[in-house]
Amino acid sequence: MGLILAYSLRNLLTRKMTTVLTAAGMALVVFAFASIIMLAEGLERTLVDTGSDDNVVVLRRGSGSEVQSGVGRDQAAIVETQPEIALGPDGKKLVARELVVLVTMTRRASETSANVVVRGVSENSYLLRPQVQLAEGRIPSPGVNEVVVGQSIAQRFKGAELGNELFIGGRNWRVVGIFDAGNTGFSSEIWGDVDQFMQTFRRPAYSSVIFRLSRTDLYASVRNRMDSDPRLTLEAKRETQYYRDQSRALSTFLRVLGVTLTLVFSFGAIVGAMITMHSAVANRTGEIGTLRALGFQRRTILLAFLVESLALGFIGGAVGLAGASFLQFFTVSTTNFQTFSELAFSFTLTFDIVYKAMSFSLIMGFLGGLLPALRAARMNIVEALREV
Amino acid sequence: MTLVEIRNVSKSYIKGDQTIPVLQNINLSIGRKEFIALMGPSGSGKSTLLNLIAGLDSADSGVISVDGMDISSLSQRDLARWRSLHVGFIFQFYNLIPVLTAFENVELPLLLTGLTKRQRREHALTALQLVKLEDRLDHYPGQLSGGQQQRVAIARAVVSDPTLLVADEPTGDLDRVSAEDVLQLMERLSADLGKTVIMVTHDPRAARKAHRMQFLDKGVLADAPEDTLSECF
Ligand SMILES: Nc1ncnc2c1ncn2[C@@H]1O[C@H](COP(=O)(O)OP(=O)(O)OP(=O)(O)O)[C@@H](O)[C@H]1O
Ligand SMILES: [Mg+2]
Repeated sequence: MGLILAYSLRNLLTRKMTTVLTAAGMALVVFAFASIIMLAEGLERTLVDTGSDDNVVVLRRGSGSEVQSGVGRDQAAIVETQPEIALGPDGKKLVARELVVLVTMTRRASETSANVVVRGVSENSYLLRPQVQLAEGRIPSPGVNEVVVGQSIAQRFKGAELGNELFIGGRNWRVVGIFDAGNTGFSSEIWGDVDQFMQTFRRPAYSSVIFRLSRTDLYASVRNRMDSDPRLTLEAKRETQYYRDQSRALSTFLRVLGVTLTLVFSFGAIVGAMITMHSAVANRTGEIGTLRALGFQRRTILLAFLVESLALGFIGGAVGLAGASFLQFFTVSTTNFQTFSELAFSFTLTFDIVYKAMSFSLIMGFLGGLLPALRAARMNIVEALREV
Repeated sequence: MTLVEIRNVSKSYIKGDQTIPVLQNINLSIGRKEFIALMGPSGSGKSTLLNLIAGLDSADSGVISVDGMDISSLSQRDLARWRSLHVGFIFQFYNLIPVLTAFENVELPLLLTGLTKRQRREHALTALQLVKLEDRLDHYPGQLSGGQQQRVAIARAVVSDPTLLVADEPTGDLDRVSAEDVLQLMERLSADLGKTVIMVTHDPRAARKAHRMQFLDKGVLADAPEDTLSECF
């Protein structure tokens, strides 16, 4: 039935203006849908890539993030004795006490302020996060007011350039290095010596203890031991899981927002398609009568008009996705709602999103075309022929 | 040999609370290979009768059989199939599909047959040669004159080789020369191809081409009025 397909498609080409406008409406909806889902996807990827599977993050029980957590010195010492902890190249246990605080900094571009994660680290922290690679300068020396910043911080915040001084916690800190942490949350962090930060912020407790498992399957045993140790009020999570949990709230929010918003918008696009197809049917009533007279069945008429509106949906979907795919070149920053800190990430287009957005658009086309197509298929032949 | 047998056919339309009788107790036989002209004043029910014979509409009562088949008993699906096999349509305003070329318009009815693409092409070309438009295959209806469009429509009507051709005022929208072309073609379809042709017309010159004239007045078959006869012969 190539001729019927040609019939439907050529009719779309004949009324270019309405085709373009209707498809543009759908394209906008698909664009909105795809971009919000791409945002959620990008966020998830960034946070999930931040963690590694062999690392365990130990937090105070019930605290959702490092910011809310507190691990006392005595408890940290007990964590460090766990036998499942891997040994570092120096033969010592690969474990790091870390402190996470949020500080306010000013964005270079907009002069507005945002929360930034400051992480107090020890030497092992760098070994535990191989994705954090020094790009420029050096690592801060222990016992000195020096910091190293993620490249996303260096790019976006005032005073975060190499060699400058940052005013954090009432003191000045020299930026001695910039690290590249790829597409991970660490890129949006400032790292310095944990003991210096503990003093500066007058904190009695660390935020977390991070260690590497000597074997990845030892997680259950270390977790069980720490859960059953009466001295510990802590909770161990795989680092990947920790970051996945962090991203879940926001990405779920984005997805729900995306779907709700686009469902509302899509209503408009469907009505638009419906009006377009309705007038297409009205304008071609005589044609429909002729086709029926020649012996074409009702379902062929139905199909021809459905194909037409599905094609509208297809064009809209393709254009919307093409537009959304350009967003991949942009990096955005948002507040990580779990820690209320600034986090930079990119829109990420996946095959799954393409598939969903196209299906969504085709469904809009289908719903818009269904009633007009049914009307066309149900027309009385003699009455339709009178409309020539 | 009769092809179309119409027995006690009546049809009326209901408008509001009153019934408008359009056809009243029509009895008519049309022979195989006959070329018949259906005439009568406007509103006399010519188109309605033609639509009944062509299986586009159904009568309130009575029987219409074509080639031994009682078409009043067919479901609308079977009727559509029956039309595609047995009836060719020629309309006053040609009714070509504007987005399809002349060739594609003629090929269209063949989609309903089991023919291969190649066979469809051959048949469509033959039909277009018959109406002398083989050099206009790729023209769209909008690029053709009224007379040419009606010839394409005739090619479309005969391409699937139906027994019966129905034409509702086929020359009604044409100038004299084009009308003459179209009428000659219709004569040939009847004489050379042996089609049974039923043509509704207001034009006595057109009616003169037919073997027989049938008059309809206010929904009943009537004898030819004096003035029409004198004008015709
Ligand atoms: N759908 C309808 N509803 C109501 N009345 C109708 C309908 N279709 C036709 N009629 C009436 O039936 C009568 C016959 O109509 P028909 O079209 O058969 O006439 P006709 O002889 O073909 O006239 P013309 O020469 O003007 O084409 C007319 O009075 C018309 O008003
Ligand atoms: Mg009429």
